Amino acid sequence: MRALIVAFCLLASPAMAVNPDEVLADPALETRARAISLDLRCPVCSSETIDDSNAPISRSLRLAVRERLVAGDSDAEVVDYVVQRYGEYVLYKPRISGSGLMLWLAGPAMLLGGGALAYMTTRRRAAAPEAAVLSDTDRARLDDLLRR
Amino acid sequence: MIVELGHFTLILAFMVAVVQSTLPMWGAYTRDARLMAVAGPAAVAQFALIAVSFAALTYAFVSSDFSLRLVVLNSHTAKPMLYKFAGVWGNHEGSLLLWVLALAAFGASAAVFGSNLPATLKARVLAVQGSVGVAFLAFTLLTSNPFLRLEVPPLNGDDLNPLLQDPGLAFHPPFLYLGYVGLSMSFSFAVAALIEGRVDAAWGRWVRPWTLAAWIFLTIGIALGSWWAYYELGWGGFWFWDPVENASFMPWLISTALLHSAIVVEKRESLKAWTILLAIIAFGFSLIGTFIVRSGVITSVHAFANDPERGMFILLILGVFMGGALLLFALRAGTLEAKGAFAMVSRETALVANNLLLAVSAFVVFIGTIWPLIAELVWDRKLSVGVPFFNAAFTPFMVGLAIILPIGAMLPWKRAQISRTLRPLRGAIVLAIAGGLLAYALQTGRSALGPVGLALGVWVVAGAVTDLWARSGRGDFGSRLSRLRLLPRADWGKVTAHSGMGITMFAVAAMTAWVTEDIRVVRVGETYPLGSYQITLRAVQEVQGPNYTSTMAEMRVMRGGADVVTLYPEKRFYPVAAMPTTEAAIDYGVWRDLYLVIGDPQTGGGYAVRGYVKPFANWLWGGVLLMAFGGMLSLTDRRYRVAAGARSVVAPAAVPAE
Repeated sequence: MRALIVAFCLLASPAMAVNPDEVLADPALETRARAISLDLRCPVCSSETIDDSNAPISRSLRLAVRERLVAGDSDAEVVDYVVQRYGEYVLYKPRISGSGLMLWLAGPAMLLGGGALAYMTTRRRAAAPEAAVLSDTDRARLDDLLRR
Repeated sequence: MIVELGHFTLILAFMVAVVQSTLPMWGAYTRDARLMAVAGPAAVAQFALIAVSFAALTYAFVSSDFSLRLVVLNSHTAKPMLYKFAGVWGNHEGSLLLWVLALAAFGASAAVFGSNLPATLKARVLAVQGSVGVAFLAFTLLTSNPFLRLEVPPLNGDDLNPLLQDPGLAFHPPFLYLGYVGLSMSFSFAVAALIEGRVDAAWGRWVRPWTLAAWIFLTIGIALGSWWAYYELGWGGFWFWDPVENASFMPWLISTALLHSAIVVEKRESLKAWTILLAIIAFGFSLIGTFIVRSGVITSVHAFANDPERGMFILLILGVFMGGALLLFALRAGTLEAKGAFAMVSRETALVANNLLLAVSAFVVFIGTIWPLIAELVWDRKLSVGVPFFNAAFTPFMVGLAIILPIGAMLPWKRAQISRTLRPLRGAIVLAIAGGLLAYALQTGRSALGPVGLALGVWVVAGAVTDLWARSGRGDFGSRLSRLRLLPRADWGKVTAHSGMGITMFAVAAMTAWVTEDIRVVRVGETYPLGSYQITLRAVQEVQGPNYTSTMAEMRVMRGGADVVTLYPEKRFYPVAAMPTTEAAIDYGVWRDLYLVIGDPQTGGGYAVRGYVKPFANWLWGGVLLMAFGGMLSLTDRRYRVAAGARSVVAPAAVPAE
């Protein structure tokens, strides 16, 4: 396999992301390949998916993704295959497990917490005015206004 | 000589800022009118001095003064004049100078237009603003001085990054900086109010125009940046969730929340502490954004100054200002008693929900942006967070926001009934569902994105129109129509901005869901289909530009046998910077953009060519600009006009406390 990647690297001309010669004949497989490569980060670029990147390594990754798909792997298996070789750094969508769980749950947790806080504060405040009686100054002012 | 003058005025500006941040603050404490009066002239002088400094740097760039290190690194004699000019802020040092210029401009305008503020509040606001100026002027002078000379000037410069040589990018940083820095005004008002220990309706009314102005600038800046990415980066994306983009988006989200909560302070004297907190956090996110862009701790495609020392300095500024303000908040928030009570269902709670959703979505963007940093520091793991995470984790909050928006906008203050508010909105609901179903029926594929986007867009826009119509009162059609014109500008602004939001949401969904993409090898003379168009690659030729060479293709676009347009996509090479760029050719249309990119020649002959049909692309920027326009309408409302703000507000401030 490594020899294959090296061969791909040598063949790859510096070109734009997703070259026409990489595109698979089967449109369904190609759509899956595109979707997968949009979630994978180019290991050597500053901030690009392998789909956008011009780097030779991205090309070989794109080809590797397609090769695994043609071999019959599921999407998850293909992603695992790449992660095994390049580490979780290439995953643009961190896994929803372990510490990644914190990342994914941070927003919903804050919404729940903030919502609960807002609910309790509002309920307390909403309850307050019923109990509150007008102060003497307010009553005097109200009388004054009504008399006008 | 002119350069030295600029350097000198920058140092003077620093000294003036020191005076501005100390004497008026002390004067406000001791009620010394003379010391408080220093604030105004100092703010104006600080602005004038930085303006001279900025003009000097501009002069050095325009005249290609290669004895200046910064000019050598970022300019070249062959560069068009526009980019010599834009090169002033196309780098870390120059952009920082623009940053402090904008900061001083806001301070000076607060001094000029704030004649009706109470003397102590005005002195404190300007002093806080001055202290932000001190920090950033020190940062500029100590770590990022733009006026450093070279002993041996080279014959020519290294050229500006070719990606930055573009009108869209040339003018988006000034807008963004005005936005970032405008939030410093809300921050100064918040801190000054905490020191004063007083937040009332008048404060809400004073702080709103500044926040609104900052928000308008941010909105336009983000739109320009996104548009630039769309046509320049060559794959037709408009938002990449890049750390630098997030850096501008987080303050936008928080300032949007702030705008809405300031309304509650102004109209109902409620949510005071929360509004103050938002004002502090909004500027905090501006500072975090500055830190992200300039420290290089988070890698990004457009980070242009990666220097740990600078990063530490900004972190220090961030720590001092946020730490100080939040400490002050913790000490004083308890004294900010809410006045207006409200029921569980009311306009107030709807705005609380709006604030909650916007704040949480900003938090999601924030944690996604810094997560790689946290993971590396805590678990020593290198990982990435990108587009798929943000799309999945951020979008639900925006969907929620869109769903509650039209209802919340029409709920009465204080106490409301959902069912009564929903009644006039029935038409909008029906229209939205029908639109969604229609889109689902017409589209190919089973994606929910397009239909949901259309339904939400229709819901928000129709809801905004319903809201406007409901405000025209009762009576026959003609009299309501004539009453519409008499509605305050702020009402029109609200409806316009909300409609813009709806249109933007729809366009984002439509453009993402219904794009047609095509990648292939095409030989000269060949014709191929792209969507319903036929495209012919007629010729490819080498062209010489002012400071680049270009491979330019001539591509004829036909539809049903009729000529549509001929497009000329280019691939440029900038020899001085040794960098290639793609220049996509775009045929802009109301319903779709046609987007063509020429790639490299292939070994077997022909060229790699990418083509897209992007539906409703212009609606996206149109929607965002509509939002900004709504903000402008609101800003020009007589009730909010900066100078007129105070007079009519004296009364509620004088009402005795409960």
